[in-house]
Amino acid sequence: MSEPPIIELRGITKTFGEGAAAFQALKGVDLVVERGDFLAVMGPSGSGKSTTMNILGCLDQPSGGVFKFLGHEVQSLSKDQRSLLRRRYLGFVFQGFNLLARTTAAENVELPLIYRGATRTERRDAALRALDRVGLLPWADHTPAELSGGQQQRVAIARALVTDPEVLLADEPTGNLDSERSVEIMKFMAELNDQGITVLMVTHEPEMADYAKTVVHFKDGLVERSEQSERLALKQGAQG
Amino acid sequence: MLGTSLMLAFREIRRHLMRSFLTTLGIIIGVSAVITMVTLGRGVTADIEEQISSLGSNMFFVFPITGERGQIRPFDERDVDAVREQIAGVKSVAGQIDQSVTAIYNGQDWDTKVEGVSRAFMDARGIEIDQGRLFTDEEESAGANVCIVGPTVVEEMFGAVASPLGERMRLDNVSCQVIGVFASRGNVGGGGDDDNSVFMPLTNVQRRFAGSNNIGYMAVSYDSGYDNTAMIDALVSLLRERRVLLEGQANDFDIVDTAEINETVSSTVGTMTVMVAAIAAISLVVGGVGIMNIMLVSVTERTREIGIRLAIGALAREVRLQFLTEAVVLCCFGGLVGIVLGFVFSVSLSAALGFPFVFDPFINVLSFVISALIGVMFGYFPARRASQLDPIEALRHE
Repeated sequence: MSEPPIIELRGITKTFGEGAAAFQALKGVDLVVERGDFLAVMGPSGSGKSTTMNILGCLDQPSGGVFKFLGHEVQSLSKDQRSLLRRRYLGFVFQGFNLLARTTAAENVELPLIYRGATRTERRDAALRALDRVGLLPWADHTPAELSGGQQQRVAIARALVTDPEVLLADEPTGNLDSERSVEIMKFMAELNDQGITVLMVTHEPEMADYAKTVVHFKDGLVERSEQSERLALKQGAQG
Repeated sequence: MLGTSLMLAFREIRRHLMRSFLTTLGIIIGVSAVITMVTLGRGVTADIEEQISSLGSNMFFVFPITGERGQIRPFDERDVDAVREQIAGVKSVAGQIDQSVTAIYNGQDWDTKVEGVSRAFMDARGIEIDQGRLFTDEEESAGANVCIVGPTVVEEMFGAVASPLGERMRLDNVSCQVIGVFASRGNVGGGGDDDNSVFMPLTNVQRRFAGSNNIGYMAVSYDSGYDNTAMIDALVSLLRERRVLLEGQANDFDIVDTAEINETVSSTVGTMTVMVAAIAAISLVVGGVGIMNIMLVSVTERTREIGIRLAIGALAREVRLQFLTEAVVLCCFGGLVGIVLGFVFSVSLSAALGFPFVFDPFINVLSFVISALIGVMFGYFPARRASQLDPIEALRHE
């Protein structure tokens, strides 16, 4: 039997509120993500893409259906176990960067390692390696206020990478950046994917989605369609 | 895990030094106030105890008071003998009488008092000789014109001569020779200077100054092994009998026990110290509320930070511990600063008010422990609130 998919969603539903005010955000989402994929999730506001990402990030629990991560059911895990799962396997990149203010780039990147019980030197070394990977080593001791938006997002990516996650979850990573910086970040994410990290990204910009391998379109709480991205199609076409 | 929380707490405090300092100000003031009050209280107690011990310990003072017929009947030497012979446990009994006089020496005069005393009296009151000698038996029985002067008298009258010993001075119309100087006995309080005094043999003062055999009061010293209440009962019945008081008539004399004064004063000062310290402790609680306020503001202000921490895999209890540690570290820091300030205040205030400085390790440790506990108590609620945030909501927080 082959390796289980890294993420498997079967008939995932999510309802917010109760009774008459209840709102069903997800109406039975099926989604399988294989290891090494680069998935772009697209769709209009309210289509359920952010809710799905929160569930995939183990930040939220589905109301129904089956969510398997590396073949294990996530619904049965406790809150603390889900935290540990995030700590061990997931890296997060947010639209608003979400760096700690008045805290140097290196200290921001160290943050996830603090909860792994790494020593001070281990943390510092790993943080510098991660910053080097995103090309920001010279900025290690600068605070977010001293960095540009693109640089801040790269620090955020370094923070996600520092734990060597299996999956990188990016929620509109280029939403706050101009097009030039956006391209820079997307190229970098594609590079990371080439290095073996599975990337899940929410975006509403088709140009950004082109950097992914698979594009999943959401509509009204359901997966409308899933397709190979143009880039992958071109790439495979060139090879074939 | 605790090490990590400590590291995070120190980092956060360093990042907001001013705010951290202002947060702990309440604790600092509270702790230093409690320590200062208690330390000053101890100093006052020590000071009073020292004054009382200058009265002599294990002693009764027996003196006549106004009786039912509105007059004061003084004691005399026979009462002294009766107490000495008839009360068990009495070590020595000595009468004393004093009178204001003007001392004249070398053309200058000085207002002082003459006290008719005996060696037994000086022994009972614990008065020691600094220079020269005590009265001899012959001098006491003959009522010789010799005197022992106090330090204040030496200072005021014999400042010009190398030693007052052997000099002759006049007290009103009585001439006497200085044979000794007694060591300072401190002030019992009440404003008078007990070192401004001249001792002469009791019989001399009775004959030449008072013109009677009366004595002012009796100093009765007793062995510490005896029960003082039983002795007081015995003294009362003896003196009532000698003064022919009928049943139902009030005592026309009073007995003061130094042990009792000591106890009363100490417990009064102790009660006041506790009361003042309790008032000061209220500021500690107020300080704790201040810490809670700032921590709650801090949790709101750092909602996104908490969201990030939770998202990247911090456990709720780790976040709770981080905020709790921050509050406790702040309080401990406040406690330490408060202890140092309290020390400075109590040393300088003791010096300024003239009390001895008595360091009380217990109250210092207690204040520190209480400030740490306040950190736990008032830090828990904000910390719990932080740990219960929903990461999705927290990340969306502006």
